[in-house]
Amino acid sequence: MTVLEEGIARPHAAAERASAWSVAHDWVTTVDHKKLGVMYVASALMFFLIAGFEATLIRIQLAVPNNDFLPPDTFNRLFTMHGTTMVFLVGMPMFFGFANYLTPLMIGARDLAFPRMNAFGFWLFLFGGILLYFSFLGGDGLYGAGTAPDVGWFAYAPLTGKAFSRGNSTDYWILGILVSGLGSTGTALNLATTIFTMRCPGMTWSKLPLFVWLMLVDCLLTLVILTPLTAAQVMLLLDRYLGAHFFDTQAGGSAVLWQHFFWFFGHPEVYVLIMPAFAIMNEIVPVFSRKPLFGYPFMVGATVLIGFISLSVWAHHMFVVGLSPAANTFFALSTMAIAVPTGIKIFNWLGTMWGGKIRFTVPMLWCTGFLFSFVIAGLTGVMLAVVPWDWQLSDSYFVVAHFHFVLIGGLLFTLFAAIYYWFPKVTGKMMDERLGKLHFWVFAAGFYLTFVPMHFPGLLGMPRRIYTYEAGRGWDELNLISSLGVAVQLVGLSFFLWNLVRSLLRGEPAGDDPWDAWTLEWSTTSPPPEYNFEQIPVVHSRRPLWDLKHPEDPDWRYE
Amino acid sequence: MTTSTTGALAPPAVPAPWTMPDKGKVGMLLLIVAESSFFAIFVIAYLFYVGKSLNGPFPADVLELPILGSICLLSSSVTIMLAIRALRAGNRSRFNLWWLATILLGLEFLIGTGMEWYGLIVRHGLWIDTNLFGTTFYSLVGFHAFHVTVGLLMLTLVLIFGLTGSLAPEHAERTEILSWYWHFVDTVWVVVFTVVYVVGR
Repeated sequence: MTVLEEGIARPHAAAERASAWSVAHDWVTTVDHKKLGVMYVASALMFFLIAGFEATLIRIQLAVPNNDFLPPDTFNRLFTMHGTTMVFLVGMPMFFGFANYLTPLMIGARDLAFPRMNAFGFWLFLFGGILLYFSFLGGDGLYGAGTAPDVGWFAYAPLTGKAFSRGNSTDYWILGILVSGLGSTGTALNLATTIFTMRCPGMTWSKLPLFVWLMLVDCLLTLVILTPLTAAQVMLLLDRYLGAHFFDTQAGGSAVLWQHFFWFFGHPEVYVLIMPAFAIMNEIVPVFSRKPLFGYPFMVGATVLIGFISLSVWAHHMFVVGLSPAANTFFALSTMAIAVPTGIKIFNWLGTMWGGKIRFTVPMLWCTGFLFSFVIAGLTGVMLAVVPWDWQLSDSYFVVAHFHFVLIGGLLFTLFAAIYYWFPKVTGKMMDERLGKLHFWVFAAGFYLTFVPMHFPGLLGMPRRIYTYEAGRGWDELNLISSLGVAVQLVGLSFFLWNLVRSLLRGEPAGDDPWDAWTLEWSTTSPPPEYNFEQIPVVHSRRPLWDLKHPEDPDWRYE
Repeated sequence: MTTSTTGALAPPAVPAPWTMPDKGKVGMLLLIVAESSFFAIFVIAYLFYVGKSLNGPFPADVLELPILGSICLLSSSVTIMLAIRALRAGNRSRFNLWWLATILLGLEFLIGTGMEWYGLIVRHGLWIDTNLFGTTFYSLVGFHAFHVTVGLLMLTLVLIFGLTGSLAPEHAERTEILSWYWHFVDTVWVVVFTVVYVVGR
C-alpha cells in the first residue's frame, strides 16, 4: 500500500513485552479512547454472557407447562436483571465502546475532547453495573426480604414503593442505573463535543462518515433523555427514603406519572440502542458492496428525523393505561410516522447493495441478517402502534418477541458484524472466517427458532412475566420450540467465543486495511498507536481512503 | 481543477485556517442541555401536582415572594459579565471586585432560601413528606439551590485564583464558560419562580 504511505503518514506501532502488573496498571489508569473503547466492549460482553445465562434459566423454566425449575420470586428477579442488564450494561456500553474507539479515528482526531472524563464515565458505568449485581449478595438489607431487584426493568410504581418493595433490592436497581447513567451522560457529552470540535481539516458536515453522524445524533438524544430518567429515579429515592409522595397514590401521587417519566426515557432509549446498529450498517454495507452508500443526505436527514420523532412516541407503551382518545391518536400516529425515516434507511441500504459486487464475508452476513430481522421487527412494531391491537397484545409474548427482534435480530446482529469487522483494526489479527460463518448460521437459526414461535403464544393470550402456565392452552409446543432455540443459540455463541479466543491468540495478521475500506481508521496501523495519526489527516470527500488509493478518480469530483 | 504530473488530480483547497468551535463552550452548552432536561422533569412534576395536595399547608397560605433573593441572583448575572469584561481588559482588581460581588449576591440568595425553608419547616410544619406541595417544592427548589451551591464553589475557586494573582486576560474565555453555567442557574430560577411562586400560588 504505497499509496497510503504517501498520503497519510503512518505511525510506528510500539511492540514491547511488559509485565502483567504494568499491563494491568496501564489499562486501569488509561485515558486513551481506544483502550476505554475496548474495555467498554469487553465489559459489555461479560454482562452479555451473564444476561444470556439468566435468559437461559428463564427459558428452561418456560419450556414445559407447570414447571418448577425456578421458584416464582427467583423468576421475577431473573427477568428483571436480564432486562436491566441487556439495556443498561450491554446495549449502552456497546454503543459507547464502538463510539469511543472509532469516532476519533474516523474524524482524524487523537482522542476525545475530555479524555479524563471519558475514563471517569467508563468506571462509573462499570461500578454501576457491579453495584447492581452486588444486590444478589447485599440486597437483603435489614429486612431479610428479597435479594436482586424483582420489579421489572421499567420498575412501575407503586410496586417500587417502600410498602410493596421492602428491603434494598429496588434501591440497588435505582442506584446501579443512576450511577452508570451519570457516566453515560458524561460520555455522551464528551463524544458529541468531540464531533463538534475535533474534526480534521476538510471534514465538513457533509463529509462526515455516517457512522459518526449516527453517533452524534445518538449522543444528543442520550443527553436529552437520560437526565429525565435520573430525575425520575431521584424522585423514587425521595419517595423511598424521605417519605415524599411523587408516586405514592395514597397521598394523591400518581403511578402513571412514573410511566410517563420512565417511557419518556425508555422509548427514545430504544432508538439510542438501535442507532449504533444503523451506524455499523452504514460502514459495513458499502464496503462489502463495493459502492459508496446510497443516498447520504437522506440518511442524515432520516437520522435527525428519527432523533426528533423518537421524543414524541413514548406513550405507545401506555395505551392500556387508559389515556384520552386524543393522546392515543397522537401517539399511534407519531409511532407510525417514525417508521417512515426508518424505512428510508432500509431502502438506502438495499440501494447500496443493489448492483454492487457483494462480498459475503462474516460482517456482511450479519448485516444482511439484520435487514431481514429488522424489517420483521419494524412490522410488528407498526402493528403494536395500532391502539386496539395494542390493547389486545400489550404485555403479551407478542411484545416480547417484537422487541427481541429489534434488540437481537437488529442490534446484536450488527454488534457481531462490528466485532468481526473492526477486530482486525483493534488487535491486528483477523478473526476466523469459517468459525465466523458457523457462528452466523447457527446463531441466526437459533434466534429465529426462539423468537418466531414466540409471537404466537402472545397472540393466543400468553402474558409476559408469568413464571409458568397450564398445559393445553395451545402454548406448549411453541414454548418448547422457543426454549430449544436457546440451546441452538448457545451453540452458535460458543463458536463465537472460541473464535474470539483463538483469533486473539493466533489469528492471521491483518495488515492495516484488510477489507479495502474507505474511512480514516484504516489508514493507520492495526492496532493504532496511542496518538492515532502521526500527522493529522486532511480529507476532501466522504471516502478519504478511496481518494488516496485512486488519485486518478477521486470521490471529491462527484460530491 | 488542475492535473499534476503523475496524472493525479489536485484536490480542492481546504479552507484555511481550519477553525473549530471551542471544546469548553460546546461541552458547557451540552451540559446545559442535559441539565435543562433534568430540571424539566421536576418542573413538569411540580405543575402536574399543583392543587393536588390532600392536606395543608397549601402554597397560597405559606409561600411569600422571594423578591430580594431573586433580585440578587438576577443581578449577579450582570456582575459576572462585568467581571469578565474587566478581566479581558486586563483590570484584575476590578475583576476581583465584580467577581466577589457575584459570589456575595449568590450567597444572599442562598441565605434567603435558607430562611424561607426555616420558616416553612419550623413555623408552618411543611416538610417533604407533609403533602404533594412539600414533595415537589423542596425537590425543585432544593435542586436549584444545590446548583447555586455548586456554582458558588466554582466561583470561589476562581476568586482564589484571582486573589493570588494567577488569573490573566487569556483566562477570560474559561471564566466566561463558567459564567454560562451561572447564567443557566439564573435562567432556571426564572422558570422556578414563575412555576412555584406565580402559577403554583
